[in-house]
Amino acid sequence: MSDATQQDAPQSNGPVLAADGTPLKQSLARSLRRQKLRALILIAPLLLFVILSFLVPIASMLFRSVENGIVEETLPETVAELASWDATSGELPPEEVYAAFVRDMVVAVDEKTHTRLGSRLNYEETGMSSMFRRSGRAIKKLDPVEDAPFKEKLIDIHDGWGEVKTWATIQTHSGKYTDGYFLNAVDMQRTAEGPEMQPENKRILLTLFGRTLKMSLIITGFCILLSYPVAWLLANLPMRISNLLMILVLLPFWTSLLVRTSAWKVMLQQQGVINDTLVWLGLVADDARLVIINNQIGTIVAMTHILLPFMILPMYSVMQTIQPTYLRAAKSLGATNWTAFWRVYFPQSIPGIGAGSILVFILAIGYYITPEIVGGTKGVFISNRIAYHISSSLNWGLAAALGTILLAVVLILYWAYDKIVGIDNVKLG
Amino acid sequence: MAKFKDVHIPISMSFTLSLIGLLVAATMLVAGVTTAEDFSEFLLTILGGVGLSVALAYALLSIFGTHVAAMIVSALLFAAAGLAVGSLGGAFFGAIGGVLFARLVFWLHFREYRRGLPPYLTAEQVLWHYGFRFICAAIFIFLITPILVVLPLSFNAENFFTFTPEMLRFDPEGYSLKHYRDFFTNNEWQRSFKNSLIIAPIATIISVSLGTLAAIGLSQSHVPGRRAIMAMLISPMIVPLIISATGMFFFYSSIGNFLEDSLGFNKTFVGYVKVILAHAVLGVPFVIITVTATLVGFDRSLTRAAANMGADPMTTFFRVQMPLILPGVISGGLFAFITSFDEVVVVLFVGSASQKTLPWQMFTGLREQISPTILAVATILVVISIALLTVVELLRRRSERLRGMSPG
Repeated sequence: MSDATQQDAPQSNGPVLAADGTPLKQSLARSLRRQKLRALILIAPLLLFVILSFLVPIASMLFRSVENGIVEETLPETVAELASWDATSGELPPEEVYAAFVRDMVVAVDEKTHTRLGSRLNYEETGMSSMFRRSGRAIKKLDPVEDAPFKEKLIDIHDGWGEVKTWATIQTHSGKYTDGYFLNAVDMQRTAEGPEMQPENKRILLTLFGRTLKMSLIITGFCILLSYPVAWLLANLPMRISNLLMILVLLPFWTSLLVRTSAWKVMLQQQGVINDTLVWLGLVADDARLVIINNQIGTIVAMTHILLPFMILPMYSVMQTIQPTYLRAAKSLGATNWTAFWRVYFPQSIPGIGAGSILVFILAIGYYITPEIVGGTKGVFISNRIAYHISSSLNWGLAAALGTILLAVVLILYWAYDKIVGIDNVKLG
Repeated sequence: MAKFKDVHIPISMSFTLSLIGLLVAATMLVAGVTTAEDFSEFLLTILGGVGLSVALAYALLSIFGTHVAAMIVSALLFAAAGLAVGSLGGAFFGAIGGVLFARLVFWLHFREYRRGLPPYLTAEQVLWHYGFRFICAAIFIFLITPILVVLPLSFNAENFFTFTPEMLRFDPEGYSLKHYRDFFTNNEWQRSFKNSLIIAPIATIISVSLGTLAAIGLSQSHVPGRRAIMAMLISPMIVPLIISATGMFFFYSSIGNFLEDSLGFNKTFVGYVKVILAHAVLGVPFVIITVTATLVGFDRSLTRAAANMGADPMTTFFRVQMPLILPGVISGGLFAFITSFDEVVVVLFVGSASQKTLPWQMFTGLREQISPTILAVATILVVISIALLTVVELLRRRSERLRGMSPG
């Protein structure tokens, strides 16, 4: 009897023990820790993979949009000398700057880096590229010690060296980091007096940003208009029929983007299917065929078609959960058809509209392929400009700045989407 | 069913005939508006068309008691008329038109449009019901037409992107397989097809194996920072492709230079590695989403039961958990595959000419030299996507059945 009480005592008074004698609390904490660790070990390889091959590249793009080491690396002494010069005084920099510049350039020409610097500064001031290239050959022949003074000689080589503007440009953009690319991205430029708007004829990017936003909104609007009836029909038909009709939505969804874009090219051309049909029906005269490709109409039509499934699917999944009895109850309480729809059904379907709209909008503002093929010059988006700067004009800093701005817009929308819908609730097919 | 008794009582003949007349007049107004030379001819054509169709409708309704006989006769009549105007193709479309015409006449006259609807609906509600269906049908046609148009055009015998008169006449001369022949013999197309077949499967394998592991980890009950991890893993799907491509372009070119110059790898090999890694990352979110969705319905007591009976974690995973979540894994893999197989922006930026994939080749084809071979390729890709769609749908049903979520 006394043995039994002694054995029971620690259990009733002291901490509860696990089978191996450790206190239960500790043991549970250890097992929880182990569980967390196991989960993290399972996730770690993928997380590392995504970070290394996706997030680091994106970060490198962000960095490149502000990075500007090239001026200081190529012309270290000039930059140091220029620091004390006042560009707004209207006078040319003193002889020391010219001497330092020649010393820097002799090294740069030797390493062939002066042309790269020229094209970098050309983004800010047109004509710099050819100035550097042409002066490079002449400066190579100068001796940094014996041929002084250099001011007159340099101005002889190229008139540009006798202009305050040239030196002001070098001074303004000599920092290690620059906001110049971002200013360029919104049609501004950095001058000695501070940021100001680009000349009228060089402004293009703000127009493009505006157009991208406007057309994405139009496309989203059309998608809502076209998806709502279809989603309603799919949600209210018997399962068997709606599954069949769903194929008509899923087939375009699964078909390659390139296939759909080429299909629209075929449909919309001047000698294409739509124009041919209209001419055959007699709706349009043969010599007045509609121009519906290589302009904004082409982009809007094709992208609405391509993005439509992304609107229908979220709407459908929300509408499926709306009880049809609510509508019947509203009607039996005396609501007209319209009132019942507008006051009872529509408010319940708004989450679907919101989810679909954000999804379609996010996808639309980053579109590249479709505008490139059916958009001509009037129907292209900001992404096409990014691609142009990457592959043709090689102004990578500007491309990175444009990409960063676009990314910021998308991330804000993504955050909104997460708040409204929850990223875990994304469904496919 | 007493309440449906009135369904088969015909409406008055004059109502049906005048409605038919109106419909025909409206159709002809739309279709014939610019073909007529002057107003009197225009009026005459429309009156003639209306008169003919009303007479035909009257004859069909008074002679035939059943749909079928009327439909056959009307189809024959219309086909004969079509043959007179535009040979074989005309006859084909005429026959279809005839069937539809007879069907419409009977449908209107015997109030079949009321069938299946609640009998208390007012006339306006019935009209709205069909109007709404009509709108939806138009939207479905908008969705599917571009894809369907590509299929017959790919058999075009000419190098045109539109239907030739021969094709509309169903003349065998108008059709050929030459664009398919071009696809299968042209070196550029074949090389790009082969590249796609190398890159997509390897990228899929990487994203599926890593993705499945991570999804299992994410579905454990205690994961520190689950939301942040999830956001990071899903981000390749959310970030616009052009931005991913820009970022990868900068980063991968420096990595590629490092691999080639310092480690001495083959340039082509490095090119493939870059594209495959980029595509694998793009496929990851799809795997994560589908597999975590499957794991939501997974009964955790099954793994505990397996452990209880002495199975080690590996055995439990491969013999118990894996077979149950396999449908989700496969459909995630298919999504990843199609992402890589369709992807063009990233490969355009990251890859070099020797990694040219099928979509890339199509893209340059569409932008520069227009060749209808693109339509043949498009047809093949549509067939592939139909096959994939079928597989995913079957898998989804199987998975739901396994988890007892739906009876079918």
